[in-house]
Amino acid sequence: MRRLLSGNEAIAQGAWEAGVHIGVGYPGTPSTETLENLSKHDEVYCEWAPNEKVALEVAAGASMGGARSLVTMKHVGVNVAADPLMSVCNTGVNGGLVVLAADDPSMFSSQNEQDSRNYAAFARIPMLEPADSQEAFDFVQRAFEISEEFDCPVMVRESMRIAHTKTLVETGESHNDQPLRSFEPDPAKYVMMPGFARQRRLFVNDRTRKLVEFAENSGLNRVEMRDTSIGVIASGAVYQHVREALPNASTYKLGLSWPFAPQSLRAFANSVDKLYIVEEACDYFAEHIHALGIRSDAFPGIALPEEGELTPALIKRAFSIAAPYAFTAADDLPPRPPSLCAGCPHRLVFVTLRNMKAVVTGDIGCYTLGATPPLGAVHSTVDMGASLSMAHGMELAHVQERTNRPVVGVIGDSTFAHSGITSLLGTVYNGGSGTLCILDNRTTAMTGCQGNPCNGVTLKEQARGLSPLDVPAGKPLDIEGLCKALGVDDVVSVDSQDLAAVKEALKNATDSSDTLSVIVFHSPCRLIDRTRKSAPEIKNCRACGMCIKLGCPAIEKGDDGKAYIDFTQCVGCGQCAQVCPFGCIESKGE
Amino acid sequence: MSNETQTMTVLLVGVGGQGTILAGDLLAKTAAASGYDVKISEIHGMSQRGGSVSTVVRFGEHVASMICDEGCADVIVSFEAIEALRAQQYLKRDCGRLFVNDEAISPVSVAIGNATMPGDVSARLEELGAVRIPAGHIARSANSPKSTNVVLMGALSTALPFEDEVWRKIISKRVPPKTVDANLAAFDAGKQSARA
Ligand SMILES: Cc1ncc(C[n+]2csc(CCOP(=O)(O)OP(=O)(O)O)c2C)c(N)n1
Repeated sequence: MRRLLSGNEAIAQGAWEAGVHIGVGYPGTPSTETLENLSKHDEVYCEWAPNEKVALEVAAGASMGGARSLVTMKHVGVNVAADPLMSVCNTGVNGGLVVLAADDPSMFSSQNEQDSRNYAAFARIPMLEPADSQEAFDFVQRAFEISEEFDCPVMVRESMRIAHTKTLVETGESHNDQPLRSFEPDPAKYVMMPGFARQRRLFVNDRTRKLVEFAENSGLNRVEMRDTSIGVIASGAVYQHVREALPNASTYKLGLSWPFAPQSLRAFANSVDKLYIVEEACDYFAEHIHALGIRSDAFPGIALPEEGELTPALIKRAFSIAAPYAFTAADDLPPRPPSLCAGCPHRLVFVTLRNMKAVVTGDIGCYTLGATPPLGAVHSTVDMGASLSMAHGMELAHVQERTNRPVVGVIGDSTFAHSGITSLLGTVYNGGSGTLCILDNRTTAMTGCQGNPCNGVTLKEQARGLSPLDVPAGKPLDIEGLCKALGVDDVVSVDSQDLAAVKEALKNATDSSDTLSVIVFHSPCRLIDRTRKSAPEIKNCRACGMCIKLGCPAIEKGDDGKAYIDFTQCVGCGQCAQVCPFGCIESKGE
Repeated sequence: MSNETQTMTVLLVGVGGQGTILAGDLLAKTAAASGYDVKISEIHGMSQRGGSVSTVVRFGEHVASMICDEGCADVIVSFEAIEALRAQQYLKRDCGRLFVNDEAISPVSVAIGNATMPGDVSARLEELGAVRIPAGHIARSANSPKSTNVVLMGALSTALPFEDEVWRKIISKRVPPKTVDANLAAFDAGKQSARA
C-alpha cells in the first residue's frame, strides 16, 4: 500500500513489520511520534521510560532476553543513554536492538546542535541514515537484521527534516511475527567485568572489520553517476538538497554513516574530477573520509556554514549558482516567538519569581518560556535536571548572600522524574539549603502531552486517549512523599493558579534560607484540561500595565495603554483578575 | 506548473493553532491522490505555543528537497496577515501567487507593548499582489469557525492543477464525519472568494 508517512511514522511501521516486540523511549522532538505510532499496534509492547538511559537499559534487557527492541530518543537523549550505549556495544545483542536518534540541525526545538553520528563512530556500531520515509521504513527493518547478524546494537539517525517530512512509502502492511529468541545465560558476553570485557573488546575489533566488509556491499550506500565533473558525498535530507541544487552532479549517497566503505568511496573519488563533501552543522563525514586518505575539494563559491541546517540555496551558493530574484525579507515586523498559553499554570510562578527578583536556575520544558519577555524570570537552562543541581552550585558560590536575591531552582514534573530526583538527592545528602519548585502540570507538555511517572499514564493508555485527569492504571508518583523520603524537611503543595498562595509559599521558602524547601505547584496544563470559563470583564481600567506583564496571549495593551481581552483566546483562568491592583478585572466565574 | 517534470512548491504560513497542519495534510493527500510525488514538511515543537508556523508542500513527478528556499514558492497561503509579510521573500517574484486570510493576530510582543503592528499592512499586501480572502469571516458566518483552513484550501485550489473531485474526496475522508458538509461548503466559498 502506498501511504504518505512522516519519517517517524515510517520507522514505526517498519519496526512493526519487522516484528519488533518492545518499543521504549523518552519523548523529545523530533523523535516523539515514532513510539506513539508504534504503540498503536497491539502486537508490540511499548512504554515511556523516565529517561533515555533507563529506556536503553530496558531495551538491552529485552534484547538479552531474546526480544527485538526499538529505543527512541532525540539527539540529547543519546547523551543520557551514552553510559549503557558504550557498553551494550560490547555485550552485543540477542534479539535485534535498534536505537533511533533524532537530530535537530538549526535547533528548531533543542538546546544544542550535536550530531549523533559521532556516537556511532565512538561506540563502533553501524548507523543507518535514511533520506526519506521510504528509506526510513526499509532501513529500520535492515537495522534489526544487521543487529542480529553482527551481534551488535544498530543506530538509525534521522534529522528533523526526515522525522517530520511526509513522503510516499510503499508499505507491506504485514506484521512479520518473530519468535522470541531463546535465552541462555552467557556471563562471558553480558557480565562486563574486566576479564570478560577484555575478551569482548577483541570481539568488537573483529566485528568492526566484518562491518567494514559489509559496508562495501550492503547496498545501503548508493553511487549515482551523472556528470563526472562534480561528485558529491552526502546523506539524509542533505542528499535531497544536493539533488535539488545540483541535479546533474554525480552523488555518493551514504545510507550507512558508520562504518565507511573505503574501497567504494575511493572508487567514487577517482571517477569524478572534483569531489565535494556536503554535510550540515558538523564535519563528521569530512573528518572520517579524509582520514581514509581521500581528498575533497574546497567549494568554488561561498563555503557552507558551520552551523544550522543546509538548504538547496546554501548549496547553490557554495557552487556559485545564482539565487532566484526574490522580495527582500521584511525587517520591521513584530516578532512572534512562542509563549505560555492563555491560562498556563506555570505563569503565576514566574510572575512572582520575577517580582521577587529571584535568580532562577531553570530547566527544559514549556516553562523554559519563563525566560521570555515580559516574564524574563529564568537565568539558566542547560540540560534536563540541571535546575536543581545548579541551584545547589549557586548556593556553594554564595550567590544569594552576595546579590541579596533569592536563588530558586524550577523544574517540571516530567523533567523531575527524568533526572531531577538524583539532583535533589545530592542537595539533601550534602546538607544544601535553598528553594526548589516542581511545576506539576500533570503532563509532559512541551513534547505534546505524553504520559510520565508523575501522572501515571502509561503509553498504552495514552494511545487509547486516556487523559491524565482520568484514573490511569500506572501509579502516579507521590512527588511530595518522594521529596520527604529523600530527606527534604520543608515540602509544601500549592495550587499554582492561586496567586496569594504562590506568593506566600515562595516568600516563606526563600525567607528561611538555612532549610531546603521544595514547593510542589499543582494545576493541570491547559492542553489537557480544556474547560473554559467565560472571559472576565475589565471596568475602569487604569492602564497600570500589571495584567499586561503576565504576557498572556489573551490580553492586549491598547493604544490608550489600557488592557483589552481577546475573547477568542481567553480561557477565563482568572490570573489577570488576581494581579489587577485596582480590582478592575472581574472574573465571571462560570 | 509550466513543465510536467517541474516541482511545484506551496508554502502555508500562520500562527500556532490555526490549523495549518490539517490544511497541509489535505493538500498533500490531494496531490498524492492526483498521481504526483509529494513531500510535506512541518516544523513542530516550540512554535506551536502561539509562535509563527510553516508547512511546505512540494509536488511533481519526482520531488527531491522538502525545503522552500527564498524566491521559490509558486504559491503562499498565509493564515494571518503579518505572517504573509514575514514570508514574502519565499514567493517567486515574477509569478508567485499569494493568498492571505484577511485577519491580523497580535503577537505577544505587541500585546505587551514591546513592538507595534506595521501600519501599512494593506498597502504592502497589495504590492505583493496578494489575493485577500476573508476566510475567518466566511467560516464564522457559516457557523463553522474551525473551517477557516478549508476556506483557504478552496482559494488555493484555484491556483493548482488538481480536480475538484479529488479535493472533495480527500476533505470528506479527513474531517470529522459530522462536519463534512460544512467543510465542503467552506471549500466552495473559498474558491468563489478567490475568483471574485
Ligand atoms: C535529554 C533530553 N530528553 C528529552 C528532551 C526533550 N524535552 C524537552 S522538554 C521535555 C518535557 C518537559 O516536560 P515537563 O518537565 O513536564 O514540563 P512541561 O513541558 O510540561 O512544562 C522534553 C521531553 C530534552 N530536551 N532532553
